[in-house]
Parts: sequence; structure tokens; C-alpha cells
Amino acid sequence: MATRGFTGRPRPPGTGNRVPPGQSVTNDFPVLSATPTQHVRLDEWTFTLKVGPKPVKSWTWEEFNALPQTGFTRDIHCVTKWSKLDTAWRGVLIDDILDDADLEPPTKYTLAHCVGGYSTNVPVADLVGGKAMVALQYEGRPITPDHGGPARLVVPHLYFWKSAKWVNALQFTEQDVAGFWELRGYHMYGDPWREQRFDGD
Amino acid sequence: MATESGSGARQGIHWQTAIIRRIVVQTPRVKSFFMELSRPFAFIAGQHVDVRLTAPDGYQAQRSYSISSAPETPGPIEITVDRLDDGEVSPFFHDVAAVGDEIEVRGPFGGYFIWSAEPRDPRGHEPIVLVGGGSGVAPLMSIIRHRAALQARTPMLLIFAARTWDDLIFREELLAMAERRDGFELVIALSREAARRAGDYSRRIDREMAAEALARLPAKPSLAFVCGSNAFVEAAATSLIEAGVPSEIIRTERYGG
Repeated sequence: MATRGFTGRPRPPGTGNRVPPGQSVTNDFPVLSATPTQHVRLDEWTFTLKVGPKPVKSWTWEEFNALPQTGFTRDIHCVTKWSKLDTAWRGVLIDDILDDADLEPPTKYTLAHCVGGYSTNVPVADLVGGKAMVALQYEGRPITPDHGGPARLVVPHLYFWKSAKWVNALQFTEQDVAGFWELRGYHMYGDPWREQRFDGD
Repeated sequence: MATESGSGARQGIHWQTAIIRRIVVQTPRVKSFFMELSRPFAFIAGQHVDVRLTAPDGYQAQRSYSISSAPETPGPIEITVDRLDDGEVSPFFHDVAAVGDEIEVRGPFGGYFIWSAEPRDPRGHEPIVLVGGGSGVAPLMSIIRHRAALQARTPMLLIFAARTWDDLIFREELLAMAERRDGFELVIALSREAARRAGDYSRRIDREMAAEALARLPAKPSLAFVCGSNAFVEAAATSLIEAGVPSEIIRTERYGG
């Protein structure tokens, strides 16, 4: 049904096939968070890989920065309806984290955990093969705290609530376990191209 | 209880048609739209709906708007729209939308920035602090009206920040509620005008203001809800934390860039 009198913004040429349904391109970088911004000290920062309840390996900030650093430039899509094109991230691919821990993914699912209590679930298949990283830099600069610095998960092909801010652990789980927003009505997978915003979409 | 799950997403996922029944000018930049749902739903104070507009060529734009009316209020739901000059959907609402127009909506959504004054919930009587900047008051208004509709005794404080007295959305209703002295406290902070009431402020929120305002509550708050622009939420949440409110009990909702 067309809405009376609505024409919408002119659609920027050449971006049509890059913007999922229901999304609008923004040039700023909006901040969304359920909690106040977490301020994490680098000398207290750690990142832990876990299988179930069992920690497999932990890295300090220095150790984590010594892992291979990779950059990628991707379009990102927030469930609150904005998309941002060509965002440049740099950090440690999940593949390289697993390599350093000498770990083959033991299950098909993960939960990312964060300072402040946030969590989100992402299938292993969406993290490996260069698809996702724990990012330390955005556009060549350390990620600011409001955008999830010092380290955030970046899984650009899923809605951006999956790209957990202030990430400090990745946990392999036997089952697909709902995280913070997934427990509160958001979709378990979150594919922007299929508009999987909410449970049932 | 203040349900943190069961947001009603399953019941609310389908798009439906709503008819604009009434438009109220709240401030020079803000209007409320009263939308009659074709399939009415129950919701929790603080939740939002998604709105979808469709152009003749099939292009669609979606936005989320908080519900400002109380869950108990019969009839249309109220959404409150701030006109963003470079926006796509808010100028449509302000300049084009008229009473009788049909708009697609779906909802309700949101399972965290919500509050319910269930009489049996032991936490239902613990003090709540709300901090709203500009149109960030929209979901807080639903919470305040919900408390009033249930005649709940929950001590509740609203710190409401705006540029000027005339930018205060729902101003007369809030002032009248504060007059009742039934446990609802209103503190107004104007950034570009002098304060008009004793106990109000003519500056942006800071630690001292938060501490003084919190002292009006009979006990420490059990929950805090902060809503507004990102810059406002950062400043307000920091002020609350510096005034002794634990970060873990602060829930935030941010809009815009």
C-alpha cells in the first residue's frame, strides 16, 4: 500500500543493491546501547576463549595486539534502520584467534560476552572464513568507548547488534543460546537481507 | 514484574494499518499522532512501534517511535515525533500526514527499556528515576502515565531537559501531575533559558543536579531510564553514575546520530 503523499528521499545512485530492505543510508555513526557506555582500562582488558564453561585461552591487551592484524571494509546494517557503507575495521580475525589457541571449533554455536553484561549469539559459520573479527580500530583509529572500544566484535553481514561492543569473551556452546536482545524479542540470527529483525521475522 | 522478556514480539510481528485519528502540536518541533490500530495490542510502558511508509515506486522507509500513551489508555496509541529537518520520515509526519491517513505499523517491540507497576512486584514500589532529553521523554511519558493510571505509589523522579520552557513536551500534564504530590517529582533543566520554578535548573545536567534531584526520592532508585540523543544520554548517564547510581541499574535508549 502506498502511503499518501510519501515519496521518500532520492535514492543515491549505485547504492540500491547494497542497502537491505527497510534500511536508510546514514553518513554519521549513530550510537545504540542498552546500558551506559563502558569504560574499559587497557591494563585490565582481557579476551577469553571458552568452550562451554571452560576457559581455553586468555590474552592481555598486549598479547592480543601481537596477533595478526587484518583490515576489512564492509557495509553495516543496524536493526534500528540505518546502514552505513564502506566502514573500515582493523583487528584480529576470529580465524586467527582460533589458530593462536590451536582450537578447531568444537561446536556450531557461540555466545559473545561483554563488559557490562551484554551478550549475543552468532553461529560459528558466520565468524570463520574471514567473515568476522574482534576489531580494535575503526577508520584507522582506536575504537572510541561509545562505539565499543577498546575491542568490539564485528560481524558485518548480520544486524549490528550481533557486533557486540566491549567484547571480552567468545564462548562455544552446544546449543544456539539466546543472548541479551535475542532473549528480549530480537531474531536469533539477524540477517538484514531477510529482514530478520524480530523473533518470527 | 518489570518483565525483561516476553516483549510481545511474537504477537506483534505482522504489519497492520493504523489510522491517524488526531494530531496534537506539542511544541514548535514536536507533534503527537494518535493512531487507531486495526488490530489493537497490549503493550508495556516504554515499548515502541515500527512505522513503514511506502512511496509510489515501492520504496519503503521504516522508523521506530516510542509509544507515549499509557498501556491502560483505551483507543488510539500516541506516538510523538520530533521534526528532524534533514529527516525522511519525521518531515512527512509533520508536513504531510493528516487526520484520516492510513499508516502501516507493527509492534509492540522492546523488552528492556520497559517498566510495569505490577502491584505484586516487590520492586514495583522501589523508586525509579527517569531522565529525558527533548523528545527522549516520549517513552518515559508512557511510564509516568502508566504509574498515574494505576495510581501506583512507586516514588518516581523525572529529570526533564530541554532547551526552553516551550520545548517541554507534555509540559502542562507533567506540571499538573507534579502538583498532586503523590510521589511523582519533576525537575526541569533548561539549557537556554532561566529556570521558572523553584528547584529547577538553567543548565545542562551534571553530577550536582543529579544528586540534588535524587535526594527528592525517599530512597535510592532501583532502576534508572535515560532517553535522548546520544550526547544527552552519555552526559546524563555519567551524571547519574557520578551521583552514586550504579551503572548496572541504568537502562538507556538513544536516538538519532
